[in-house]
Amino acid sequence: MPSDHLLELNNLSLAHGQPWARESIIHELRLSVPRQQMTVVVGPSGCGKSTLINLIAGFEKPDSGEVLLDGRPVKGPSHERMVIFQESALMPWLSVYENIIFGPKLRKERPLADIRQEALALLEQVGLSAFAQKYPRQLSGGMQRRAELARALINRPQLMLMDEPFRGLDAMSRELMQSFFLAFFEETHNTCLFVTSEIEEAILLADQLVILSNRPAHVRAVLSVDLPRPREIAILDTPQAYAYKRQALEILYEEALNNFRREGRPDDFLEAYTYQTQTCTSAE
Amino acid sequence: MNLNKLILKNQALRRGIIAIIAALLVWEILAHWRLWFGYSLPGIGLMPPPSAVLHLWGKVLLDGSYWLSWYASYSRVLLGFCLAMLLGIPFGLMLAVNRHLHALFFPIFEILRPIPPLAWVPASLIFWPTQEMSIVFVIFLGAFYAIVINVLGGARSIDIRYLRAAQSMGAGQWSLFWRVVLPATLPSIFTGAAVGMGITWEVVVAAEMIAVGGRVYGGGLGFFVWNSFVGGSTEQAIIGMLSIGIAGYLASSLIRYIGYRLMPWHTAA
Repeated sequence: MPSDHLLELNNLSLAHGQPWARESIIHELRLSVPRQQMTVVVGPSGCGKSTLINLIAGFEKPDSGEVLLDGRPVKGPSHERMVIFQESALMPWLSVYENIIFGPKLRKERPLADIRQEALALLEQVGLSAFAQKYPRQLSGGMQRRAELARALINRPQLMLMDEPFRGLDAMSRELMQSFFLAFFEETHNTCLFVTSEIEEAILLADQLVILSNRPAHVRAVLSVDLPRPREIAILDTPQAYAYKRQALEILYEEALNNFRREGRPDDFLEAYTYQTQTCTSAE
Repeated sequence: MNLNKLILKNQALRRGIIAIIAALLVWEILAHWRLWFGYSLPGIGLMPPPSAVLHLWGKVLLDGSYWLSWYASYSRVLLGFCLAMLLGIPFGLMLAVNRHLHALFFPIFEILRPIPPLAWVPASLIFWPTQEMSIVFVIFLGAFYAIVINVLGGARSIDIRYLRAAQSMGAGQWSLFWRVVLPATLPSIFTGAAVGMGITWEVVVAAEMIAVGGRVYGGGLGFFVWNSFVGGSTEQAIIGMLSIGIAGYLASSLIRYIGYRLMPWHTAA
């Protein structure tokens, strides 16, 4: 009997570095990702969010603990868990169309005509039909992200892993991509684990908001974001969204301040200070 | 946009031609300075004027031995260069993808690399049965190091996200190599080829000056320059020099053209 959770992380730990200078990145991290929901992970910068994605994707192996997808342990990279990377990881030497069919063509699990048809449909869906034969560098940042989304979707992943996918876009394209992705998710409800460092982006998208601690990362808090769907960017101006934002920022502030007390790093103090000012302004 | 491009290109072409003509004019005046102004400029020695060089070139063009020199140098360069590509690309890729082989071969490679190709001339004359083979070998060495270093660097600096994305989509070792590592390294391969080709021309000329004595035909352009100098014709030596310049330019244009055709994504606007 399948559980409600597609992905389960059990006591995940990982340290990097040579045996004589191990640095713990993730420590006893426990997390469940519900099916057909958007789980957003936020945390201080450099806390190990990308490493977490690498572990789930199977690019790295944990020192202890396990990653379970549908109850089965994850052993390595697979198209069940597609990653949308920071910035764009489209292959520059392939056209947009060739990038999209890369996976299915390689695995030969379907006839090429089917793959072609699905690729064209996806291109249509992400609004890039006219750009199929262009190379990635001929596309704008936002278009690259949409092409990358199509490249992931054609592999029919059970779980989408998004590693700060909209980072590096200008404010305008970022907002457009957020709306696009929000509408896309609300239509498909493809289970998604979305990592970001932007608290507003997190609240806009999340069903479940996971706040990580400082390094070594563990789950500091899980908030359930019960804002009505379908959502629009304007939802961030509602009092409920403000309340979630304040709650999340307070936890992050505490976390940064704790870390400053413990380690005395001025970066952490500055980060705590920024969170506090953000909380104050958003409370107004 | 196309029209703009054309004008821009023509403008660049026009400027290039103007610069060449201006340089020839200055040279012409300097060469005649003493004759025209009655005193010599300090630091300016004897030099044939370009008009005399061009005049002689017109005659040399009709001489078969001049073209044989072209043929001799070009065939040596292409042979050595192709061997360097054929061995250098797989060698560089091999060092990049396998750390055991890297640990094994890289130290030897790094010790041999600083030895200038020309320092190999005496040893290779003794080692190889024919003079021709030893010249090709020295040319090969010149290009080989440049190609290997560039291929190795290029293949090692591939963005790991491409490899990871391909792995997620189901690529095994074989597909990773052919579909990611190789195309991602292609720009570096062409950088290595362009640098290597430049070095082959430096090497061929010097090697011909050292090694090809007493053979007027098939001596190559390097021998042509040296032989003209020894024979007392500075004009002809200058013709040889300029011919080498043109030959090198043609060779690197060929590489640029092939690179342009093989990597459309690199230049697509």
